Amino acid sequence: MIASPVRMNPQKQPHTQAKVVTLSTPRSSVARRPFPQWLSALAGHILPPLVTLAFLLVLWEVICSSPTASVPSPSRVVSETWELIVHPFYVGQGVDQGLFWHILASLKRVALGYCLAAIAGIALGALVGQSDWAMRGLDPIFQVLRTVPPLAWLPLSLAAFKDGNPSAIFVIFITAIWPIIINTAVGIRNIPQDYRNVARVLRLNQFEYFTKIMIPAAAPYIFTGLRIGIGLSWLAIVAAEMLIGGVGIGFFIWDAWNSSRMSDIILALIYVGMVGYLLDRAIASIAKVVTRNTLSA
Amino acid sequence: MSKPYLSLEQIDMVFSRGGASTQVLNQVSLDVDKGEFISIIGHSGCGKSTLLNIVAGLTEATRGVVLLEGVVVDAPGPDRAVVFQNHSLLPWLTVYENVKLAVDKVFSGTKSRVERHEWTMRNLELVQMVHAKDKRPSEVSGGMKQRVGIARALAMEPKVLLLDEPFGALDALTRAHLQDQVMQIHAELANTVLMITHDVDEAVLLSDRIVMMTNGPSAKIGEVLDVPLVRPRRRIELASDATYIRCRSAVLKFLYERHRLVEAA
Repeated sequence: MIASPVRMNPQKQPHTQAKVVTLSTPRSSVARRPFPQWLSALAGHILPPLVTLAFLLVLWEVICSSPTASVPSPSRVVSETWELIVHPFYVGQGVDQGLFWHILASLKRVALGYCLAAIAGIALGALVGQSDWAMRGLDPIFQVLRTVPPLAWLPLSLAAFKDGNPSAIFVIFITAIWPIIINTAVGIRNIPQDYRNVARVLRLNQFEYFTKIMIPAAAPYIFTGLRIGIGLSWLAIVAAEMLIGGVGIGFFIWDAWNSSRMSDIILALIYVGMVGYLLDRAIASIAKVVTRNTLSA
Repeated sequence: MSKPYLSLEQIDMVFSRGGASTQVLNQVSLDVDKGEFISIIGHSGCGKSTLLNIVAGLTEATRGVVLLEGVVVDAPGPDRAVVFQNHSLLPWLTVYENVKLAVDKVFSGTKSRVERHEWTMRNLELVQMVHAKDKRPSEVSGGMKQRVGIARALAMEPKVLLLDEPFGALDALTRAHLQDQVMQIHAELANTVLMITHDVDEAVLLSDRIVMMTNGPSAKIGEVLDVPLVRPRRRIELASDATYIRCRSAVLKFLYERHRLVEAA
């Protein structure tokens, strides 16, 4: 049936015949392909971003190639920051440190502030999600406070802590906590009545209900909050460090600006972006592992 | 006169929302003996699920009391285990863990760790789910989920087993299979069972007595039908059994006539 129309008019439509030939040989072409299937699939995912990146770099190079350009071209960035790139673990005096140490200092602040925010956020979210009175009392306050920009807290916390480091940590805490609280509360409000009924029939106590029903059931929501929180924390730390000084990637950028080292700023921005991406991926992978079974039955 | 095992006395249920209130149940009274299998049948919205929730203690009756062995029921508890319509298994736990959660909670003081494991396995065997014990609820079929739900309820060794349209969401073949299993378990353990259903055949096949509810609002017990069929019952033989046919048509007539009454009103 399929072959007959081809045979009927081979002279008139040679293209039709050619098409049939290519369709009939996919098996042999797969077998003869030099790369295994997974490799070509990988290339399909990696090539497009690489091509885009190369295109953007070339474009940037062309636009900023004039010697009077205020922003350095990629080649100039690399040549000017080569010392920083190859010596990330350099240890010097005061704030004169390798980029690795700057990023590590920032990550430490984020880790501390974020962990405190996660603990307090889940606890407060659970309270607001569980109790109507807590919801009515606290939710309006949360809704107002969460719109306050992170840096607006900094003067207040500097006044309270009288030191840069705890103030920066506090800014991270106050930035990350709102999405964690709100998402946890929503997750707990959305626990199906069925699960609550199961808990009631089994007479689970408050603690058992919290650990065995509430946290696993709300886990997907909690992780959404945690993921938004880590992104905001990383956004806030760079800004906060610009103001508090000391070792940290934010202050590194500010310091570079004050010394007109534009290439250093660009390198730092690339690192900040990559670290932020990795932090997001890290939380996303933890979420994937933890909540793989929490999807509805 | 001996006291009934489970008794519902003058249950009224009124739901109020804002200024409006709807009476759902009106003066429902029922006595259930130990080991009896009771079906409650009625059209949608007649309050039969509400009635079950009141017996379970999940909903509080506006007026009237439920007594189990002479004690007032006012809160949910494992002595009145519920098999929910949509199985309500916890999706983050395996089949085994779902049953084990109930066993651990109910027998934490009375059974050792090994005994609790064995008891969990025993109940999974009862519903023939041992082979899938390490699967998640999302990995097994609807019928299997419901069997696990039954195992979880049975594992609590309830005084009364409450089934809320347990097979409503299943296909006819799976439903028949599970009905046979429930009959077998009932024969083996002699539980007292209260089952909500809207399936006439299911009610006649499984029950000792069928409680027929009138249409809501303000539903009450219209009629109680004895099903004097000997056990064990086999569905194929029963299809031509005179008693079975009589009971079946009695229920159908009740539902049909009541339904017509509502339409006329």
